Amino acid sequence: MTVRYTKDHEWVRMDGDVAVVGITAHAAEQLGDVVFVELPSKGASFKQHADMAVVESVKAASDVFAPISGEIVDVNTAIVDDPARVNADPAGEAWFVKMKPADPAEFDGLMDEAAYNAFTENA
Amino acid sequence: MGMNVQGRPTQQVAESVAPSSTFTGNRALQIEESLIFEKNAFDETGVDLPEPVGVNRLGAHARQSPINLPGLSEPETMRHYVRLSQKNFSIDSGPFPLGSCTMKHNPRLNEKMARLPGFADIHPLQPQSTVQGALELIDELAHWLLELTGMPAVAMSPKAGAHGELCGMMAIKAALIDRGEAKSRTRVLAPESAHGTNPATAAQCGFTVDAIPADETGRIDLEALRQKMGPDVAAIMVTNPNTCGLFERDIRAIADAVHEAGGYFYCDGANFNAIAGKVRPGDLGVDAMHINLHKTFSTPHGGGGPGAGPVVLSEALAPFAPVPYVVKEGGRYHLVETRRAAEAEGESHAGGRLTAFHGQMGMFVRALSYMLSHGGDGIRQAAEDAVLNANYVLARLKAEMTPAFDGYCMHECLFDDEFLKGTGVETIDFAKAMIDEGYHPMTMYFPLVVHGAMLIEPTESESKQELDRFCDALLSIARRAKAGDQSLKTAPHFAPRRRLDETGAARNPVLRWTPAE
Repeated sequence: MTVRYTKDHEWVRMDGDVAVVGITAHAAEQLGDVVFVELPSKGASFKQHADMAVVESVKAASDVFAPISGEIVDVNTAIVDDPARVNADPAGEAWFVKMKPADPAEFDGLMDEAAYNAFTENA
Repeated sequence: MGMNVQGRPTQQVAESVAPSSTFTGNRALQIEESLIFEKNAFDETGVDLPEPVGVNRLGAHARQSPINLPGLSEPETMRHYVRLSQKNFSIDSGPFPLGSCTMKHNPRLNEKMARLPGFADIHPLQPQSTVQGALELIDELAHWLLELTGMPAVAMSPKAGAHGELCGMMAIKAALIDRGEAKSRTRVLAPESAHGTNPATAAQCGFTVDAIPADETGRIDLEALRQKMGPDVAAIMVTNPNTCGLFERDIRAIADAVHEAGGYFYCDGANFNAIAGKVRPGDLGVDAMHINLHKTFSTPHGGGGPGAGPVVLSEALAPFAPVPYVVKEGGRYHLVETRRAAEAEGESHAGGRLTAFHGQMGMFVRALSYMLSHGGDGIRQAAEDAVLNANYVLARLKAEMTPAFDGYCMHECLFDDEFLKGTGVETIDFAKAMIDEGYHPMTMYFPLVVHGAMLIEPTESESKQELDRFCDALLSIARRAKAGDQSLKTAPHFAPRRRLDETGAARNPVLRWTPAE
């Protein structure tokens, strides 16, 4: 399954015609222990790169940006109830939202895993 | 008369064996103090009150259950709070190098003045004829602030820096509404290194916030800023010197750019201490700026007292200032307290009322005491000494630590965590190790634009000897980190508490004491 990455450390994975979005393990590690997550409401629409969610650690509060344009079709309330999940399994169980993509080309324009790894090593 | 045989050893014992803990949990005179609720004094009272006589007219409103307040005697109460106060670190205990907080010495003269009965024992509702001195003081302080900033108007009532920001941004919003442009001008520009209160204030006023990137010298990227200008820009919010401790050299060009685009220039005055008496914000094109009396003019803060954040305003924003303000007429002072009263005086104060009363009177007294005791030249020297001290610390610490930017700094110096790379020690460990050495840590992990930031503001209060002791301690920690001293990872070792579980406290905050079952 193809996963794509942004410079703002979100990942997005296509699951059929739905895009699953989360933050990367690198981001979760940099943030430290996550203590608070705020997610958008279902039905909300975001343009690519618009701030969509908030993730707060003991160190800092950060915006999470929409990696692609689209409508929110589902949100993961489990990470709101237990923010520790974001540190435990950022790439899997602790996904943030599911989106209906507005423009499939945006997905293809994002970094693949090799490019993202190179990006974080150089950052 | 015989010989006194009560002799005792008065020299050090050659070999001592230290116990690992004490029975009480106290460490010598450092008392392990419990919460006042944990003293189990609910059935006691420190004060005898007569039993009430007569008819209880509370009826069903009478309390049905015990109030459950601890009833300590006066000596028990005194000891509790004195012990708590001894755990507190303050500017009176040692250097407090928190960057961007300007924890300078609070002169005792200020305190003496603030305690004069004519200032301390008055009430904001008493007749104005009986508080002429207090009104004169507000007016005189306002005059000093206008003089120092080169601005035409000031709002005295905001109660802290962020409150002042809100006042200034509300004046900008009001001016835009007056121009009929409130709906079209919705964007506020703020640097990535801005104090968190800047974007928060803009958002609170209904604006969207757009980040301005920094250039490689740590200052605003003027070209990037110009490209972000447009007809939807309401204002720019800039701190100068900025949060990296650097003077924004392009400040005039920045002001011109935002004015040409039809927006306003809000200046965050948190770092005014570095330039007071040297540069007048009014000459830099500023439209609104708050002044933290508690930073620049030495009134206590950080738990030591309330803040005060008067806001100076340009000609363009002056008509949208809030009330009240003091006017002098025929040798008498009076307060103009409503918009309508201001209009009757031929003045526009469209901002209305921002707080219940007139501002932080106690802080006004302390700030004016500082100004009058220092004079204009003293305020200028304080700014110069603050910058000199910061540059001395920067120059000494450079030997082991890595400055975030090249060149001189203003009143605070900023380091990144490059020098800790590969040591396993991080900024947080470095800060905790400073506690072991008896120093309050600097500002850590801010500004966000610098990795593992350490922002040190020594202020003008510290002597060269104190700065040297401070630098020696930090250099020693840096050298130990590089030498692989892993004990730094678990510092502090000598504080009453070790590392606290910040994650646990944030995820499961226990904010209320509950009795044990």
